[in-house]
Amino acid sequence: MEVVRALIRRRARGLKLLGVPVLGFSADLLIGAGCVAEIETSAVSLGEAGLAPRFTEAAQNGEIEIRDATCPAIHTALQAAEKGVPFMPLRGVLGSDLLKHRNDWKVVNNPLNSGTDPILLVPAVQPDVALFHARWADEAGNVWIGRRRELATIAHAAKATYVTYEEKRPGDMLEDELLAPGILNSVYVTAVARAERGAWPLGVAEVYGIDDAHLAHYARAARTREGFQRYLDEFVCTRKKNSLPA
Amino acid sequence: MIARLIGEARHVAIGAASPIPATGAFLLKAEKPSLRVSLHQRRRANPFTEGSRELFDLAGQGRIDVFFLGGAQIDGEANINLVRAGEKRFPGSFGSAFMYAVIPRTILFREEHSRRALVPRVEFVSARGEPFALLTGMALFSWQKEARRFRLESVHPGHDVDEIHAETGFGFDSPARVSTTSGPTAEQLALLRGRVAKEIAADYPEFAARVWHA
Repeated sequence: MEVVRALIRRRARGLKLLGVPVLGFSADLLIGAGCVAEIETSAVSLGEAGLAPRFTEAAQNGEIEIRDATCPAIHTALQAAEKGVPFMPLRGVLGSDLLKHRNDWKVVNNPLNSGTDPILLVPAVQPDVALFHARWADEAGNVWIGRRRELATIAHAAKATYVTYEEKRPGDMLEDELLAPGILNSVYVTAVARAERGAWPLGVAEVYGIDDAHLAHYARAARTREGFQRYLDEFVCTRKKNSLPA
Repeated sequence: MIARLIGEARHVAIGAASPIPATGAFLLKAEKPSLRVSLHQRRRANPFTEGSRELFDLAGQGRIDVFFLGGAQIDGEANINLVRAGEKRFPGSFGSAFMYAVIPRTILFREEHSRRALVPRVEFVSARGEPFALLTGMALFSWQKEARRFRLESVHPGHDVDEIHAETGFGFDSPARVSTTSGPTAEQLALLRGRVAKEIAADYPEFAARVWHA
């Protein structure tokens, strides 16, 4: 989130966002602030806070390009990229109108089956940048992602990975057998930066929870362009979050 | 009703934004502890260690028996639309295009029962498949695979068959006598208000506060 707020302050333009597998609060902020040209995602939602208001309006006004997908297709595309293969097959999806809008997806007959067995092929997707927030980074450049191991898949697939973190740990976390399975090895990490409470108003497991009241406030405020602008002035341009209790 | 529809399943998974299906699944689990309930959006002790990819991989292998899908629009051929209608844009298809095809028992769920939600033909097919049932805030329909038509099974208390016909945008079969959906027993209601409400509040705080004051 901290990087998202920084991108808005820097007036980033023309970004293409890939939701793995969905987009949420970050994307709605970036879209509302005019930073986004195109999104590929299975959905955009604020979870229990409801519809993502800036996405909904931008989509209805045709202000952004939307490549609709379905969750496992995005995971599959990244898994193909991390393996360095051009595509991977995926069951299901046949009969969905998503296929009509995705010229890059191909349906072929299973070449290992002599009978009729159509199956979808999803091309590998290699994002330019993977961006996420983690609990720990260490002196060796490793990042601890814990059970969120889908983040490792994004980093494996991407050309560059930038991570903000809550807390720096001394030494090399790979020497700790219990931490090791939750680590993203530094070989995949381009750069890290400390951002305390950097996920706010989203949460970091066991450090701080999701700020549901703030998300509900945002969902109401961002229903209008003016309300959204006031939100940006208050929480993005002035970094007010640092004054909030943990 | 949701607990009854899940039936004899061993493993039910609950996707995004589904507090009511989650409530039904936790109720059944309270009565039948051997049932495995995997809540995809669980904030603490999330069952998946590889994100939602693991949910879809489990489903693809046949390790999940029951899943719930909704739709901004649902039509008489059981297609669902989560993308757009007219000028309106909805959040998107989520995993539906995959799950509908691979899950043995898909239950379609939409609280709103209106001609806006239940339409003759969806404007965008997010997913196509063979559902087990369609449950709304007014009625329960079964799916007739051969005839490819819904059949009205029961109407919830406070509603009647005429109202169902008036509020449903697609044609469906209806028996001569339609029963009334039976509500939860006193024991079930106590569980819902107690243990289940507490369980739901961890992941759906707004819903739990609104419905159960939990």
